[in-house]
Amino acid sequence: MEWLESFWATYSTLVLSIGTNVLLALSIYLTLATGLLTVANAAFMGIGAYTAGLLTTQLGLPFFIALVLGSLLPALVALAIGRPTLRLSGVYLAMATLAFGEVVRIFILNAEGLTGGALGLNGIPQLTQWFDVALAVALTLFVLLRLARSRIGRTMEAICQDETATELMGLNVGAYKLLVFVLGAMLAGLAGGLNAHFTFFISPDEYGFDRAVEILAMGVLGGTGSPWGAVIGGLLITLLPELLRGLGHYRPLINGVILILIILYSPRGIWDLFRPDRESRRLPAAH
Amino acid sequence: MLTLSSLSLRFGGLQVLQGVNLTVPEHGIFGLIGPNGAGKTTVFNLITGLLRPGAGTIEFLGQRIDRMLPYRITRLGVARTFQSIRLFKDMTLIENVLVALGGRPSYGVTSVLLSWGSYRAAESRDSEVARGLLSKVGLAGKAEQRAGALSYGEQRRLEIARALATKPKLLLLDEPAAGMNAVEKRQLIDEIVKLNAGGLGIFIIEHDMSMIMGLCHEIAVLNFGGVIARGTPAQIRANPQVIEAYLGQDEQSPSQTASVSP
Repeated sequence: MEWLESFWATYSTLVLSIGTNVLLALSIYLTLATGLLTVANAAFMGIGAYTAGLLTTQLGLPFFIALVLGSLLPALVALAIGRPTLRLSGVYLAMATLAFGEVVRIFILNAEGLTGGALGLNGIPQLTQWFDVALAVALTLFVLLRLARSRIGRTMEAICQDETATELMGLNVGAYKLLVFVLGAMLAGLAGGLNAHFTFFISPDEYGFDRAVEILAMGVLGGTGSPWGAVIGGLLITLLPELLRGLGHYRPLINGVILILIILYSPRGIWDLFRPDRESRRLPAAH
Repeated sequence: MLTLSSLSLRFGGLQVLQGVNLTVPEHGIFGLIGPNGAGKTTVFNLITGLLRPGAGTIEFLGQRIDRMLPYRITRLGVARTFQSIRLFKDMTLIENVLVALGGRPSYGVTSVLLSWGSYRAAESRDSEVARGLLSKVGLAGKAEQRAGALSYGEQRRLEIARALATKPKLLLLDEPAAGMNAVEKRQLIDEIVKLNAGGLGIFIIEHDMSMIMGLCHEIAVLNFGGVIARGTPAQIRANPQVIEAYLGQDEQSPSQTASVSP
């Protein structure tokens, strides 16, 4: 068991990062698969991280309670901002959610008394164990896979393809959009709470634009055809920088090239390459 | 069944509809015809809630629907097809129909997550219903194919099956025969007659005059955003205003262009 211990000593952060990134990818999968380009998930992650972190450090609440509240608060915020913003579509929705992300970041930055401002929140107890993350990922994946195969997943795909036609089939499109947005916020918040409790320290910049784009990249790269796509995307975005470590300064460059190649050759994400019915779906009727 | 009262709509400076009054009787086949741009599809968009009228009211089975959200109107029993086909092209035929069945869900989120057995049972019941609807329009053999891979006529039929899945009392068909060949048109007419015989009200927009005249019990003619005539096919055919609306341009245009250019 010695090798395991040394492996864990070296790679525990990486393994935990994979887990939380997969959760983040699954959170963006929900909205992307419904055809909603939202980029608020980094902010929801931040709300979850600060909520959970403050609850354990300041109030000494049990870790589990802190995680639950750290998922619920972003969900409530999503519920509040979802109604007005989800009327927008395409780029306008992206802009609105991006602006919301900035509002959250700047709020955290300025609410110094509560959050520590730019200095960040220090000394968060390292409570996240590998099995917490594993359990969160497994449960989330179980729920989302089931939803994806049910009428809910079908409706999400239908909304993605033609929102108006879906509404005219008697489906409350607005409610479905709100559902996936709120669920996504909840997952991002959970990822934030878990992440905060193994990084020891969090600061507002971690939940800004860069993180928002990174989360979006995980969703797009993995593909939104199935929750498994998000799992692949989360894994890849976490592992690529590690695998390319030997390349030194060229690392970001190669990282970028790989991403571009994937987008070019499998625009529906990596998952699409493994889909059993890929050929029949991608080729037009007449060749 | 469906009553439109002094319905008006304006897009910017363009008066699209002006005081339209229409009554679609229950269980009949009602036709709406008129030259291009007369506002026919706009009438459908108002009925289904995609547009809100500037003035006037729409009642369906005694209930005001002109301020209702589209999905609620569908649930009341109004279904439609589209002039430009709007299928979920990347989904299979049966998935297309299953989506429409979801408007009256046979199971909830909790049973998806907690009671796999009842969810599976409900899903297989829905699949049965969906297959039944597909075979009603002659597409049962293609249930697992991608909707986008169907021929044009088949896509129009799938749209009808999908609309039927919402259990409508009134079916709005927006140019269902557009782009169909003679054989497909014949089949479509048979299908519409059969659906109507089953008690379903039909409200149809169509440019094919022989089809509309043969099919409809009653027809209204729309021109420049207003109803200019109403009656049985025979009355419409004999109405001088209708003839002018349809043929007037043809009569004038050659002589007019001749006189304008010296």
